[in-house]
Amino acid sequence: MAQAHTTHDGSHGSYQSYIIGFVLAVVLTVASFAAVMTHALAPGMALAALGVLAVVQIVVHLVFFLHLNTSNEQSWNLMCFIFAAASVIIIVGGTLFIMHDTAINMMSR
Amino acid sequence: MAHEATMSPLAHADDHGHDHHHETPNVFGFWLYLMTDCILFGSIFAAFAVLRNQFAGGPSGKELFDLTNVGIETAILLFSSITYGFASLSALAKNKTMVLVWLAITFVLGLSFVGLEVSEFSHMIAEGNGPDRSAFLSAFFTLVGTHGLHVTCGLIWMAVLMVQMMGPQDLSQRMMDKLTCLSLFWHFLDIVWICVFSFVYLAGVM
Repeated sequence: MAQAHTTHDGSHGSYQSYIIGFVLAVVLTVASFAAVMTHALAPGMALAALGVLAVVQIVVHLVFFLHLNTSNEQSWNLMCFIFAAASVIIIVGGTLFIMHDTAINMMSR
Repeated sequence: MAHEATMSPLAHADDHGHDHHHETPNVFGFWLYLMTDCILFGSIFAAFAVLRNQFAGGPSGKELFDLTNVGIETAILLFSSITYGFASLSALAKNKTMVLVWLAITFVLGLSFVGLEVSEFSHMIAEGNGPDRSAFLSAFFTLVGTHGLHVTCGLIWMAVLMVQMMGPQDLSQRMMDKLTCLSLFWHFLDIVWICVFSFVYLAGVM
């Protein structure tokens, strides 16, 4: 969070911010692999964990590597990203919803 | 915004003596392209999600995927993200030699990623588990292949920038814009890979 307030290098990052982002990304990646490879969680729970970890890691990459933030300079970039992300959620969620219902009604699974 | 859009990149560079550097319209335009790419990948992910269990009697992800290989690929891409980041920081510090060194390291990492993926694909195809085996495998090859193709394009772009940088362009404002665009592209591909290893490989072996 401190990153957002250091405006002098906020849009390009620094060695420190890249390394923080890298460490967070490694921790989240290892957690994802561990959630599946240790078989510690039931499949449903593991899938939910994968989803949460992926979303958190995407945010980490956006903030620390793509330097997306809420500053004025980035407001257009952020708005476009939110629109694209909403489109992707509708495409993926809508497709899964429709095809799941189709499969049930066609009794194909 | 209109004022911003009509300024040439060179005129733009002149009013910045200090190291705070604003994004030019070129970079914003490239960002818009990336957002459309995001929707392209979203569509392919949707297709994969629908077809993920359609094995047609063929092998499932559990039998096909080697998580060690996926882990190595993930580590390589993650390292290449941070080495590209260091190249960007060196470019801001106007240290051309270090930019070239970090870009060369990033290039080698990217090339080894593509190499691992090509060997994984050729291994699967040699065993008769190519994209024609089942709907699951068609979707798998389309999704992972599209990502691999993007990485390959990024590598070609990186090689071109390194050659141009050694020529008269040096680290001009125009070159800085190109480096920023490739940086966005490269980090964006790492984000797509997060979804690939989570939802294709890890979810596929459960």
